[in-house]
Amino acid sequence: MSQTQIESDDSLQTKRILAVAQRQKTQDSLFHIVTMSFSLLVLVALVGIIGSLLFNAWPAFQKFGIEFIWRIEWDIINEEFGALIAIYGTVMSATIALIIAVPLSFGIALFLTETCPTWLRRPLGTAVELLAAVPSIIYGMFGLFIFAPLFAEYGQPALQSTLGQMPLIGPLFGGAMNGIGILAAGIILAFMILPFIAAVMRDVFEIVPPILRESAYGVGCTTWEVVRYVVLPYTQRGVIGGIMLGLGRALGETMAVTFVIGNSQRLLTSLFAPGTSIASTLANEFGEADDFHLSTLFALGFLLFVITFVVLALAKILIIRTERAKGTRT
Amino acid sequence: MNQALYRRRMWSNGVGLTLSMISMVLGLSVLLWILFILFKNGFQALDWAMFTQSTPAPGTEGGGLANAIVGSAMMVGFAALVSTPIGIFAGIYLAEYGDESNTAEITRFVTDIMLSAPSIVLGLFVYAILVAQVKHFSGWAGSLALALIAVPVVVRTTENMLRLVPGSLREAAFSLGAPRWKVATFVTLRAARAGVLTGLLLALARVSGETAPLLFTALNNQFFSLDMGAPMANLPVVIFQFAMSPYDNWIDLAWGGALLITLSVLFLNILARILFREKVRV
Repeated sequence: MSQTQIESDDSLQTKRILAVAQRQKTQDSLFHIVTMSFSLLVLVALVGIIGSLLFNAWPAFQKFGIEFIWRIEWDIINEEFGALIAIYGTVMSATIALIIAVPLSFGIALFLTETCPTWLRRPLGTAVELLAAVPSIIYGMFGLFIFAPLFAEYGQPALQSTLGQMPLIGPLFGGAMNGIGILAAGIILAFMILPFIAAVMRDVFEIVPPILRESAYGVGCTTWEVVRYVVLPYTQRGVIGGIMLGLGRALGETMAVTFVIGNSQRLLTSLFAPGTSIASTLANEFGEADDFHLSTLFALGFLLFVITFVVLALAKILIIRTERAKGTRT
Repeated sequence: MNQALYRRRMWSNGVGLTLSMISMVLGLSVLLWILFILFKNGFQALDWAMFTQSTPAPGTEGGGLANAIVGSAMMVGFAALVSTPIGIFAGIYLAEYGDESNTAEITRFVTDIMLSAPSIVLGLFVYAILVAQVKHFSGWAGSLALALIAVPVVVRTTENMLRLVPGSLREAAFSLGAPRWKVATFVTLRAARAGVLTGLLLALARVSGETAPLLFTALNNQFFSLDMGAPMANLPVVIFQFAMSPYDNWIDLAWGGALLITLSVLFLNILARILFREKVRV
């Protein structure tokens, strides 16, 4: 009798367990579906953005075809449009920004993780992080009211008398010096993305397990060698990620650029000359644009989106390759 | 021989570290210079009228930013309400199912791109789907554009913070028989809640300084308005228009507004830090 009692107890127990497992399974799959649908919203937004931009840009692409990308004209009255000037300004200012910001932010991250005295580490790190949060419009105002006049008076003459005298790149630093232009925009952009990239780099440098770092020091590496052969290889992915984010911000930045780039639809060799970027063209002309002009602006926006998409996709593929080479897979 | 090698190693070490120190000093001093200019010009422009009066008409004296402050707060607040649940759930999905499904892989890829996507293009998008359809600018449109910017930030920080939670914690929960959703919400998310909240505050801070997408969506409104269905004044666009204007009092107001935005952004950041200084160390 007692035997059957135990058996029925056992089967009751099993049933109860099975019921709980069943319930949890349903809950889990429900949870899976709910969270997945939320994350699919992001995909829907992307498709919507590409679709709506392309739809609105269609008249412009239909009229000019693929040539729109390298046409130089930007004549609102005669409705002759081309994107080359804006693309040049965008790519050029972002390139200048990266050339300045990447080595500087690497230096800052290195200092904060390796050489900085411990008591200074936290306040300086916090300062960099806080500066990364300053809205871009502040950089734009600073560029227009403070930086441009100083740059015209001191920076540009100095550049012209040094870099401007060199062959090949000399013409880039010629012409009138009024402080506003593609170079000024690039420099302002550099300082805008500097704390951003530096903060990301510092974060990934800190991820390196202390044991790796300490063993490198233990076999007699110098600080520089630890960074070069241990920290950098370990954090490659994050470093590229940080630069990638900075580049994305620089390419699509509107306010910091619009204030200082000069907003002129001309293609000039000199980096001192005013130019325009895609984003600043949009910001300046969208308000007064009507039918066809509006469509060309959408076409510009579409191109900007495609450019950033390609840059980021390339960076991602690069990251995946380095991961594979290292033998780890994400 | 060894001596030469040693000297070369010491030399490159010295050069590298000196350059790094110089870049720290250079970078920090330029950035502090920017802040100094902002505070100097901003505090000069700051007075009580800034919070009580609305933006002035061209050529008139005085005026303030009351309408822009309220407009900004309403739009940012609504954007936060929309983007928080979407971002956190999507982040949980990426952290929880991210290693085993292609959907997650694609979503993460797209989120990374949206994170760096030009905000002005998001403004164009909202213009196309909302403003062009109803034929007028509105606070809702501005808010939607801001939410679009905030979501990827929340998604990625949530995912990263969840991944920082030690695996042993999750494994312990699993070994007690907890179902996946319980582990994800009551163990992982709870352990990472400080980080997630920090991410939220940072997204808010990012969004409150955004200007470009608002140009095509909320536009501006010279008068005080609480109607989200109409064009709405907001600090960034007012700053942009006033800084580019020829009127001195407008430029002063622009500096004042810029200071207000920066202070609130910094405040959000510092708040996140102070509240979660100890807890964020998981």
